[in-house]
Amino acid sequence: MGDLLFWHRLQFGFTATFHYLFPQLTMGLALVILLLKGLGLAKGDERFDTAARFWIRIFGLSFAVGVVTGIPLEFQFGTNWARFSTHAGGVIGQTLGMEGMFAFFLESTCLGLLVWGERKLGRKRHFLAALALFLGSWASGYFIVATNAFMQHPVGYLTAADGSLQLADFWAYLLNPWAIVQYLHTMMGASVTGAFAVAAVGAFWTLRDEHVVQAALFLKTGVCVGLVASCLVAFPTGDQQGKRVARHQQPTLAAMEGRWRSGPYAELNLIGQPNVEGRRLDNPLPLPGLLSFIAYGSFSSNVKGLEEFPRDQWPTNLEFLYYGFHIMVGLGTLFIALMGLSALMLPGGRLLRHRPLLWALMLAFPFPFIANSAGWVVAEFGRQPWLVYGLMRTVDGTSQLVHPGQTVFTCLGFAGLYFVLGLLFLFLVGREVNHGPVAQA
Amino acid sequence: MEMLWFWLVSVMVAIYAVMDGFDFGAGVLHLFVARTESERREVLAAIGPLWDGNEVWLLAAGGAMFLAFPRLLASGFSGFYLAMFMVIWSLILRGIAIEFRSHVADRMWRSFWDVVFALSSTLLPILLGAALGNVVRGVPLDATGYFQIPLFTHFTTSNPVGILDWYTVLMGVLVLVTLAGHGALFLAWKSVGPLHYRCHRMAQALWLAVIAVALLATWATDMVNPQLYRNLPHAPLAWVGMVLFLGGLVAVFLGIQRNRFLLAFLGSSAFIIGILAATAASVWPVMLGSTLDPAASLTAYNTSAGAYSLRAGMVWWFIGFPLALAYFAHLFWLHQGKVAAPREGEGY
Repeated sequence: MGDLLFWHRLQFGFTATFHYLFPQLTMGLALVILLLKGLGLAKGDERFDTAARFWIRIFGLSFAVGVVTGIPLEFQFGTNWARFSTHAGGVIGQTLGMEGMFAFFLESTCLGLLVWGERKLGRKRHFLAALALFLGSWASGYFIVATNAFMQHPVGYLTAADGSLQLADFWAYLLNPWAIVQYLHTMMGASVTGAFAVAAVGAFWTLRDEHVVQAALFLKTGVCVGLVASCLVAFPTGDQQGKRVARHQQPTLAAMEGRWRSGPYAELNLIGQPNVEGRRLDNPLPLPGLLSFIAYGSFSSNVKGLEEFPRDQWPTNLEFLYYGFHIMVGLGTLFIALMGLSALMLPGGRLLRHRPLLWALMLAFPFPFIANSAGWVVAEFGRQPWLVYGLMRTVDGTSQLVHPGQTVFTCLGFAGLYFVLGLLFLFLVGREVNHGPVAQA
Repeated sequence: MEMLWFWLVSVMVAIYAVMDGFDFGAGVLHLFVARTESERREVLAAIGPLWDGNEVWLLAAGGAMFLAFPRLLASGFSGFYLAMFMVIWSLILRGIAIEFRSHVADRMWRSFWDVVFALSSTLLPILLGAALGNVVRGVPLDATGYFQIPLFTHFTTSNPVGILDWYTVLMGVLVLVTLAGHGALFLAWKSVGPLHYRCHRMAQALWLAVIAVALLATWATDMVNPQLYRNLPHAPLAWVGMVLFLGGLVAVFLGIQRNRFLLAFLGSSAFIIGILAATAASVWPVMLGSTLDPAASLTAYNTSAGAYSLRAGMVWWFIGFPLALAYFAHLFWLHQGKVAAPREGEGY
């Protein structure tokens, strides 16, 4: 059975992580496209529309992969997590159902209009299509985060006579405070991804001295959106998210920081390797007191260590959780620095002549994908060993009658299929970038 | 409340079958009716702006089922594990084929995606038909409310049967020819020239095949689940369904004969809705029957979520559903009339 749990988790984790590479780009680009279409409409400047057209083509590709890789996630609640669906479906079915009704229909019916319909619709209605796609994709994000937030911090439910969880208060569930903080944090993370992609293409063309007008516009847009989003993802949204974890998931906070012993003036470790056997952090580089301050607002606050909690409440895969958190925070800090520096160089077009910075911007685009994935690693590994925090353990959620032979097969199938999908996506996006801002005939 | 949700889910499944059905059908026929690049692009232009929205009905129906009948979703999806992933992978490949094909103007690239599109579009109706067959026949559910059933066994009538057996594959073939016929009518309605002509011819042949396979399936259904027909006299909605699908069939042939393909397409839609309605009405309240013990069957009553959840869902469902219909009406209005192959770089 232990084996079975591993394969179920691996499959859901892999398919969800791969899937989310695409929605984070589409949600981020949806914001950028809306901005460009809005500016084009307000200023009547064709440059913005040309830029929007290029990013809509990338958006279309990313959206397509996002749609098809999203389907398995909805199915896998039933196929791989049958006991979880039976136990909690009476609650989380709400938001998963709402996502289809209120987000997917809007997105899918407007996508064609945004991608192919500019000439037919005219400027104003094409802007409305961009708005619809933005609203749809960001609403979709909310329903999913709200579902996840219930698993992180269950509210608005009651336990029925048969032991299953049932909805008790629709609004409390939908407006779960955890969901709102986590949503804003997630959306800002997606915006960082979109902005870095836009800036990277601008930097690439500038370095090659190609498509200079569009390249400069991409850089400016990417850097401005990127700076704002990079700041907001850390503060206040990331900070608030951390405080919620500190309050409601104390073993998780301890594991994120590799902290075994309790005490005040808890240190924040810049680096270090968690040694679970030895119950310590090896080679740490600590900043004393900072963890206490970040978590509870005062340097002298006590931050509990893992040893305060029974072993069966420790997050499983502790090392993964620790590194996920440190990679996310470390990259987030670098994003602010890179985008801040680039923004300082924007006036007077100095950025366009600063080749080292352009190289950095170009090469930086994969890192927001890594940071976003690492963030979800923190959220999902941090939730362990619980499937619904404090209410249901992950080990109790699997489909019991599906045997490992089946899940290994489907895991391998996904690995192969998604590898090909990823290659195809990179190939097609690469072609677009190589070709330049005007559509290929 | 359970009954209302049973019918809401059924309505969504029926809409899904009609909507994604015609683009599945277009995919099944793609290689046969569209010979030139320009004709293939006409087929894709006809379904391109619609297919994604159509497929959302599957997710929305799944979401509604999750909301209202979580135990059913859990038991059914995990029981049909491997078949579910065949469906998922086919859906992935099909979506990618439609969306990626137009991006590279290269003959081999496009031939490759044409074949992927056609094969996945053919496999899906067979699998969905087999799913319907399993629902009608029943599965070995025990008192735990779960089951596991092999993907296939020996294709004879004796136990143990598989997800794919002689009966469910027959249902798969029925759905395949029906949706192919449905898609042929849609394409005939939306196209002109050689594509239109070939779809017309194809529709004639396919709908005769539908009648033949449907008669066979009717007989076979009596073999695997005799109780189904005995329920009919007590299910007035089943009679409505039967009127709908017989009327639809008449409309299909009338429309084909008189070259009125919108009429024929509406007829085939009514046929699909009618069959599903009759099936739903005659199985009610059972949603997944047990072949071991009728008492272990999953019904609308023993799989449903709490009463509050059902009520809350109902409120937003009645807000969301008209909205969805409005988007679709707008979309169909925008894409009314005959399609033409879009210029390179300007569409599917």
